Order: sequence, then C-alpha cells, then structure tokens
Amino acid sequence: MRKQAVVDGLLELIRRAEIFLPQDVVEALEEAASREEGVAKTQLETILENIKVARETSRPICQDTGVQTFFVEAGVDFPYLLEVREWLNDAVKQATNKIPIRPNSVDPISGENLGFNIPVINWELTKGDNLLVTVLPKGAGSENMSTLKMLQPNDGLEGVKKAVVETIIRAGGNPCPPTIIGVGIGGTADLAMYLGKKALLRRVGSRHPDSKISSIERELITTINESGIGPMGLGGRTTVLDVHIEFAPRHPASLPVGIVIQCWAHRRATMRIYPDLRWEFL
Amino acid sequence: MSKIYYVSLPIKDTRKFHVGDTIFLSGRVFTARDKAHRKLLNLKELPFNAKGMALFHCGPLMKKNKNGWKVVSAGPTTSSRMEPFEAELIKKLGLRVIIGKGGMGEKTRNTLREHGCLYLAYPGGAGALAADRVTKVDAVYWLEELGIPEAVWVFTVKDFGPLVVAMDSHGETLYQ
Repeated sequence: MRKQAVVDGLLELIRRAEIFLPQDVVEALEEAASREEGVAKTQLETILENIKVARETSRPICQDTGVQTFFVEAGVDFPYLLEVREWLNDAVKQATNKIPIRPNSVDPISGENLGFNIPVINWELTKGDNLLVTVLPKGAGSENMSTLKMLQPNDGLEGVKKAVVETIIRAGGNPCPPTIIGVGIGGTADLAMYLGKKALLRRVGSRHPDSKISSIERELITTINESGIGPMGLGGRTTVLDVHIEFAPRHPASLPVGIVIQCWAHRRATMRIYPDLRWEFL
Repeated sequence: MSKIYYVSLPIKDTRKFHVGDTIFLSGRVFTARDKAHRKLLNLKELPFNAKGMALFHCGPLMKKNKNGWKVVSAGPTTSSRMEPFEAELIKKLGLRVIIGKGGMGEKTRNTLREHGCLYLAYPGGAGALAADRVTKVDAVYWLEELGIPEAVWVFTVKDFGPLVVAMDSHGETLYQ
C-alpha cells in the first residue's frame, strides 16, 4: 500500500518530465526563435507549438520517450534505501502503459523488444534522511551522437575544445539541434561520460562557478553556433542552447573527454522523498 | 524564392519542388525504421501497396483502446540510420516522398535525383503536433515480431507539416 503511493509519486515524476518541458529550456528556445529567420525560425516555432500542444493535451512531447535515466541522491539515513531500486523499476514499468511511454527496452542480444521500459539508475550517497530523485528521459537520436575521446595529455585544452566542436559538427542535424551539451573533462573513461551526463542537470543558461570553466563554456557556445548547423541541421544561428562542463582530476597519462549530447527536448524533473514517504516536486 | 505548398499524395511532379520550400502533405504514409527497412527489402511481395504512399522514418508512441490504435506522439526518427537501405528501397518501391529528420547520405542524395524522389524534414521531437495530423490509423504490420516502435504503421495524414524540402530531386541539400 505504502509502496504503491511512492511508486505513484515516481510515475507522476516521469509523467511531468515527459509532458512539461522545464521553463529554462522553453525560454532558451523562445529566445532562439526570436533571433532566427526563414527555415530555422519555422523549425523553432513548430517546436514551441508542439511544447504547447503536449502540455495542453497531457501527451509526451516526443514519441521517443527515451531511456528513463535517474540520478538519485540518497541520504544514508533514508529508511528504505534497499527498496528504492525496486520502486524505480516498478514505476518505469507501469509508466509504459499508464502515461503512456514507448516500450524502449530491447534485448541487446536477440534484438527483441521487451514491451516495457527498464531504467538506468545513477547513485550518489549524501548526508541526511531523504531522497532526491531526478529523472532525465534520454532520447536515442542525441545519445547516439554522444562520444568519448581519450585524448593525449599533450593535446591540452585546445584539444579538448576541438574534440567538442568537431563532435557537434559531425553530429549535424541528427541529435535534434538546438542541443544542450554536457562535457566531462578528466577522470577515467567512465567518469568522463558520467560527468558529461550529470552536467546536463544544470539549468540552461547557468554558468559553472569556476571562472576558468565558465569562460570555456562561453567560448564553446559561440564557436559551435558560428558553425551554422542550426535548428534540425537545416542551417541557422542556433546549434546549441548551452554547453555545461564538469571536471575531475585525471591520470598523468590520459585526458578523457566525455561529450554528451541532449536534444532540444531536454526533459527533466526532480522530487524529494521524505523518510515518512511523503514526497514533493521541486 | 521559397514557396509553401499544400499537396495531396501521390505527387507526380516532384521536380517542381526545391530545397527550402515548405509542404503540408495529405494522404497515406507508412512508417519504417532500420529493422523494417531490412524486412521490406527482403520480401518478394509486400502485404500492402506502397505505391503513392510517403515513407515516414518514425517509431510512433501508440495507445490501444477499445476502438483500436491511437497515435499519441509521432515525430520523425533519425534518418541517417536508414542510409544503408534507402537507395535500394526507393528503387524497389518507387518511392517519391520520404519524411524524416537530420538528413541522409550521398548515396540517397544521388538516388533522390535519379528517381525524382524528395526528402522532407519534419522538426524532430515535435511528436504531439505530428500525431494531431494523423486522421486515421489504417493498418499495422509485423507488430508482434518487431514491437511498437519498429513495426510498419500505415497512417492517413491531413496537412502534415511543416515539411521542409531538405533534399530535393535536383541533387540539392540544405545539410552542410
């Protein structure tokens, strides 16, 4: 009984993410539409109209409802820590028919569609007794263009910037631009990709608190937008809405760069669950 | 000068359209992603007549109720995944109109020119809006075998668009 109440909350979290685009993303798209013209403007205006229709009719924004990717900040004193995985699995499974979201889980060996969805869950332990759950439904069009570059340390910062710009240019219209880019610099191969994905959780328009990093973010935004790829790759001034960088110390001999691309339909939603299992959306 | 057209399928004179033109399309479309492309190419005979239909790169989000299937959200999927199959499918089915997003490769570009076929781009992700232009779900093929996203769905659409002529039948393209 109590379990289903939490699962219902998580279902509502997924529903919100799929149907309502966060305000910072909508505002960035509106601003982009105002500075574009011709085909590029038409693309963005249609996208904005679609966001409105989805909201008004309570339907997922995009048919690719993505991989339900969770980021869980778990307070170590939360009393049901061992049950959280099951809650998330159940919520995502039920969401397939209840919202509905597209059955997007496929057996990688046989190629068979399983008929429901299975989440990807990232955990971080924190102090305290509550649970902060963010869902980021990740579409394949953009995920397929994400990439890991294991650079030589000698390539330096210029090499990092070049890798990001080249990746976005090579992706062209495939990942549904204007995109949001998460970049993880340093760490190991897996950590760089994780940091890149986690960087997507930052608000569009927010800059990294470290001024060294924020100036690289600004530079990359300008350079990529000068490429002219534009909305949906059909040409224009807006190829990215934002670039977010996170970093970690690296081995002296390696320079991993994780480049994670997110489509304009940058869906995300967050909720807090308390020890008595009350929950609220943030 | 870019123009706006309201067009019904089948389109006979595809060569009058040029990159940058906008089309609102009415008629029948069938969806096919990479798996379905392979299937269609391997079959001697199709279970439906694709003549006059547009090919739509799409894996729709569908819901079944007591009156049958309903489209919930149905924007385009990334067309480049279909590049290895497309030239052959255009020839096999005599396709004149392809709807997708993100653009296609050189081989398809040449085949579009040779066979008078158009590649039309619908804004990716605008799935709710696209679903509202589907007036009827006519049929579905290989649903059990391929699953909802990969099955071949036949839809009737009305004023489906805005579709930008992104690759025309003169060899021109908007993709750099």
